[in-house]
Amino acid sequence: MSILVDENTRVVVQGITGKEGSFHTQQMLAYGTKVVAGVTPGKGGQKAESVPVFHTVQEAVAKEGVNTSCIFVPPPFAADAVMESASAGIHVIVCITEGIPILDMVRVMEMIKGKDCVLIGPNCPGIISPGKTKVGIMPGPIHRPGEVGVISRSGTLTYEVVDQLTRVGLGQSTCIGIGGDPIIGTSFIDHLKRFHDDPGTAAVVLIGEIGGSAEEEAAEYIQTGFSKPVIAFIAGQTAPPGKRMGHAGAIISGGKGKAEDKVQALENAGIRVDRDLGNLGQTVLDVLRIKKGYHPPE
Amino acid sequence: MKLHEYQAKEVFRKSGIPVPNGVVVASTDEVDGVIRQINGPPWVVKAQVHAGGRGKGGGVRVAHSPDNVKTATMDILSHPLVTKQTGPEGKKVLRVLIEEGAEIEGEYYLAMVMDRSKARPVMIFSPAGGMDIEEVAEKTPGLVQREHVNMQVGWMPYQGRTLAYRLNPQPGPDTLKELMAVMDKLYHIFIDYDCSLVEINPLVITKQGRVLAVDAKMDLDDNALFRHKDMRGLADPMEKDPLEREADKYGINYIRLEGNIGAMVNGAGLAMATMDVIKMAGAEPANFLDVGGGASEEMITKGFEIITRDERVKAILINIFGGILRCDVLARGVLAAAKKIEIRVPLIVRLEGTNVEEGRRILEESDLEFLVAKDMAEAAELVAKQG
Repeated sequence: MSILVDENTRVVVQGITGKEGSFHTQQMLAYGTKVVAGVTPGKGGQKAESVPVFHTVQEAVAKEGVNTSCIFVPPPFAADAVMESASAGIHVIVCITEGIPILDMVRVMEMIKGKDCVLIGPNCPGIISPGKTKVGIMPGPIHRPGEVGVISRSGTLTYEVVDQLTRVGLGQSTCIGIGGDPIIGTSFIDHLKRFHDDPGTAAVVLIGEIGGSAEEEAAEYIQTGFSKPVIAFIAGQTAPPGKRMGHAGAIISGGKGKAEDKVQALENAGIRVDRDLGNLGQTVLDVLRIKKGYHPPE
Repeated sequence: MKLHEYQAKEVFRKSGIPVPNGVVVASTDEVDGVIRQINGPPWVVKAQVHAGGRGKGGGVRVAHSPDNVKTATMDILSHPLVTKQTGPEGKKVLRVLIEEGAEIEGEYYLAMVMDRSKARPVMIFSPAGGMDIEEVAEKTPGLVQREHVNMQVGWMPYQGRTLAYRLNPQPGPDTLKELMAVMDKLYHIFIDYDCSLVEINPLVITKQGRVLAVDAKMDLDDNALFRHKDMRGLADPMEKDPLEREADKYGINYIRLEGNIGAMVNGAGLAMATMDVIKMAGAEPANFLDVGGGASEEMITKGFEIITRDERVKAILINIFGGILRCDVLARGVLAAAKKIEIRVPLIVRLEGTNVEEGRRILEESDLEFLVAKDMAEAAELVAKQG
């Protein structure tokens, strides 16, 4: 099983004619994702990567029945693209774009409140349900279908962890990059709730980093309402305060957002936090064996 | 992008937030020419650097004569300023702000910041001005009031009243009106300039009952600078480490740290985690360097050059998980850099992901000397051996 996206996912790529948009449309199609429409205003009627292009998301919904969007629109126009998707009734909106102004994201969050949509990102690698579909930019071949859910604020760090999981024989139900920006559409908790209700997910790996308090909030939620094993990793133990570590959201400011505080909050909630990235896959396997008598398929 | 106090005060002045009159000078010689434009004594001489805690570090002086102003200016300009935010080596001060003094009745804290988890800007107001607000919030949370703003509505007058009328004792009605006007203007600055922070600490009520922003701090959202082209010129590159400045030119995310193991990684999360791995192995990272998800061969070359120019670096760890960035591109970039510069320290390479075979082959067939780590665990072991 999986959450949010599966073989029934029909994707529209916003910004399909751009360099990133067209490259990753190819990659998604190669993975087996049903990319059935693209949107580039002014280029409706054309084809890109053999996919029909429309002027608007609304047209793509009407003509191709898309239910998920993947956004590669440049930062100045990305907020508008998210709102267009939300307004057209798209259910899962995946925004890959990095560099969206924070006030634009405040406006997006106010606009989509109460709408029946889930925003993943921005500044994220996207979402993949291995063997079914990938909506995003992660390398497909490192993933295997399985029972571990992954939620992460990072891109390549997630690939590292997924690769380790796959190597120890643990496949993944769904992997979600929630994004490295200060304001993102969905939190750890939003997806933990979905994994909780997904019978196909046996355990969750949570990959956090410095900045904000999303990990602390997740710890509180897990303590009160989450019964499956969670294994966490927090990046940035050695990050100095006051410096933005690449991601717009990865900054320790005013003494808040330190890795150590997050590790503490998670451990206090009884969550296994692995400090050694090199062995994370093995740790997840050990935890599953102990808690569930789990044996990965050969 | 951080602004200096004098730059932020210029924005305040334009927006109608009252600030003391002042002039910026870069040398003692300029003092005579400008001192008559500013009311005094007393005068206040303030170091212009991007660091908090200037007062305690001796970067803010009160002067009672023009000669005093000169001495203070010379003193501040000739010594690096050490505060709790600068590190022990301190920061060189290139400019000072000379301002008229104010007769202070009360000091307050006022700021607009982004509340990440609520996804809304929040106004923070406290009667405990001039102090470290984080500390105040921790020790006496009752002294810190917050008002979140729905941007679809904007800052409403009732929110100003909610904050201002809580004051005890109450300032006079005209002062309260001024205070609420400053709050409204602060919100508009925050929105109009795409800020991530606008802070006045302290906001002063003078003996005459006027409201005055004695300090000013503004931090602009880097991602929004494309729509504030006029503000870009206010960036002060001298605030950065020279290697960081160089990296900026090429769009490389590089932050210099205290250790001696250089690192080049793709992706911010993996770069942070790699720093942690270095530390776990008993060494210290010399830098954070994220070449980005889709780095070109040229960016890899530049990144590698920047690391090797840091003289403290005793070993270099390249950790790449190829996704969009292909391992063969990485390998070619490293080789191009090695042709230009002599690499005198051990090089540890860990490659995984897209086109990894090709990347490894390119490196192996070159005459570059390097150690191969097959995974993160082995990379850590090899780093530890370089100690």
